[in-house]
Amino acid sequence: MAIGWYLAVSAFIFCIGAAGVVTRRNPLVVLLCLELMLNAGNLALIAFSRMHGTGDGQIFALIVMVVAACEVTIGLGLIVALYRRRLPIDVDELSELRG
Amino acid sequence: MSATTYGWLVLAFPLAGTVVISLLYRRLPGRTAGWIGTAAIGLSFLASVGALLALLDHPHEERQLVSSLYDYASTAGVDGQLSILIDPLSVFMMLVVSGVSALIHLYSVSYLASDRGYSRFFAYLNFFVFSMLLLVEAGNFLMLIVGWAFVGAASYLLISFWYRRTTATGAGIKAFVINVIGDVGLVLGTYFIFKHVGTLDFLATFERVPDEFSTNQGDLVAGCVLLLVGAFAKSAQIPLHTWLPDAMEGPTPVSALIHAATMVTAGVYLIARMHPLFEQAPAAADVGAVVGCLTLIVAATIGLAATDLKRVIAYSTMSQIGYMIMGVSAGAYAAGLFHLMTHAFFKALLFMAAGSLIGAMAGVQSLDRMSGFRRAMPFTFGCFVIGGLALAGVPPFSGFFSKDEILLLVGERGGWHWILYVVGYIGAFLTAVYTFRMIFRAFLGEPVDEARELEQGHVHHADVPRNPANDEEEDTDVGFPGPEHHIAERAGEMRGAMAVLAVGAVVAGVLQVPGTTHVIESFLEPTFAESRLFEAETSTGLTVLGLVLGTVLGLGGIAVAYRLWVQRPDAPARIRERLSAPYRLFANKWYFDELYDAAIVRPGAALGRFAQETFERVFVDRALIGGATGIVRAGSSAVRSAQTGFLRYYAALLLLGLTGLALYFLLVS
Repeated sequence: MAIGWYLAVSAFIFCIGAAGVVTRRNPLVVLLCLELMLNAGNLALIAFSRMHGTGDGQIFALIVMVVAACEVTIGLGLIVALYRRRLPIDVDELSELRG
Repeated sequence: MSATTYGWLVLAFPLAGTVVISLLYRRLPGRTAGWIGTAAIGLSFLASVGALLALLDHPHEERQLVSSLYDYASTAGVDGQLSILIDPLSVFMMLVVSGVSALIHLYSVSYLASDRGYSRFFAYLNFFVFSMLLLVEAGNFLMLIVGWAFVGAASYLLISFWYRRTTATGAGIKAFVINVIGDVGLVLGTYFIFKHVGTLDFLATFERVPDEFSTNQGDLVAGCVLLLVGAFAKSAQIPLHTWLPDAMEGPTPVSALIHAATMVTAGVYLIARMHPLFEQAPAAADVGAVVGCLTLIVAATIGLAATDLKRVIAYSTMSQIGYMIMGVSAGAYAAGLFHLMTHAFFKALLFMAAGSLIGAMAGVQSLDRMSGFRRAMPFTFGCFVIGGLALAGVPPFSGFFSKDEILLLVGERGGWHWILYVVGYIGAFLTAVYTFRMIFRAFLGEPVDEARELEQGHVHHADVPRNPANDEEEDTDVGFPGPEHHIAERAGEMRGAMAVLAVGAVVAGVLQVPGTTHVIESFLEPTFAESRLFEAETSTGLTVLGLVLGTVLGLGGIAVAYRLWVQRPDAPARIRERLSAPYRLFANKWYFDELYDAAIVRPGAALGRFAQETFERVFVDRALIGGATGIVRAGSSAVRSAQTGFLRYYAALLLLGLTGLALYFLLVS
């Protein structure tokens, strides 16, 4: 089976995620889109692993999942903190770091 | 025990005294600290006697013993050892230093009894003596420099002992700064010599000097002149003498210690110790002789015009040290060191008597306010007269023989040394005049109120204690001179110390009577065995001439002083008017202080102000610091517009960048 299809799906999902991160203003959705991108990457890693017949890619994927879990924890924590402090749930409003 | 063991013990006792007193000062009741300090120096003196006896057991040629505790630094050709050299010269100095210092300690036990800093005083005093003993026992240049610097530090501590007096702290700083100039001279001089001989050890250096250097070779002369700078600073010779009169700010026993036993004699010792170098560099030795001669006459003229009791004695010290420096530089080693010893006796005695007199005046030091203390203080008067006769060089007092021997040997050198000879005798005459001017003004004449009060059995107390230097009121409870004053007539310790010194000042001359005895000369002979100038032949004619001249000038000076200040009390004022130009010159100390103020202190202060106000504010603050922050600020304002604060904008940039990178690698591959 050609690897191309897997990569195409992976790239498609990655683009969806990237477009979501760039365009959506709700941090929760931004976080979901980030997850999409990460999992698209995972898909590509697994596909390459299969192609080469080694386990390296799978281990990469596992590590990415761990990182993703951490990232989600922190991201959700931030969002909860935003709710608690009654700040606007909108990444464009939260722009205090403007130079 | 061997002589070197005694040598180490001589050092150990004062050091132990310092440590014990400074650690236990809170718990030592009453005068304990004073007695501990006195005992430490007394034991040190006994150990010096032990060293002397042990050394005398050795045959003549083997009287130079070196003992090293351990190698302090042994690297890159430097052989710094913790070593002492026990030879006749160092034993002689040890005896003088520890002996006179022990008596000064004894005197201080009473003299400072009511001072708040009593324990601190004795800790410093012991440290001072330790430093001086380290200096004279040093077996190599390294130890010499250490002792040299310790003496400077200890003198700073003691001169500014009454640290609430601004005049005292200023005098301490002045002494320290000038001494550091001397330290630098000593270190650089050592470097010039070490460069050629390759060892720091004294005996090895002296052995190699004749082979390494030709006569008057540039580096050797430079080294010796730099050593002389060190000697001049410590011994208060022109032009590095201005600290000595100011050092009178310290308590009177400190003045006695600095002037008699420690510190100012170090320069004389240094030149005597380095005699193989100076004999190989006669040009440098001539510098020493001329400067010594200049100092003795300049100091004597200032002594004629000074009105502060202690300063008159201080200038007499400068003058007498001038004789010694002139003597040892001109090759009269034994005579110079003999004068060092007799001077230690009578100068310590004079300072102790002056301290007693100042006590009776409740701290006032001006001769203008003193008069007629003869009946009120007979003991002090007697000591003052004995010290004065020895200082003025009247036979048979000790100073007569030692001073005349220096001048005799200088005269024997012939040539231009005759100028030094003549100036020396003029100085001797002036010495007699100003010494007895001081004694007559303070003790004869109509008794002042303080003297009358004392005659009725009560020591005068000032209503308001004042600093004698600038008339500021002061609080006697917090480290100023204590509220009670002590005079020799009422304190056994003071009387004892003064009596011993008075005996020394009278009889010490018998050690070296021309043509009869030569105890010191033959004792010191092993140290100067290689010297060409030691034990020079003296002609009987010149000897007799010197003895007659010395007697006539000494007695003549006293007669002049008596006529001017006792018989015709209005005469000095008339002379002052008629000779107003020289009088102003002398009274203003030849304007040395003003000269240094204008040439060094003020330009230095101006440079400091420039550095602070102009250089630092404009160059450092604005140009360097301002420039650096300006660059950072400009750079950041250029890139800060990239920071929009929009998360999605960052994400888009990230994506764009990644895409660009990916495209680049795709195209490249």
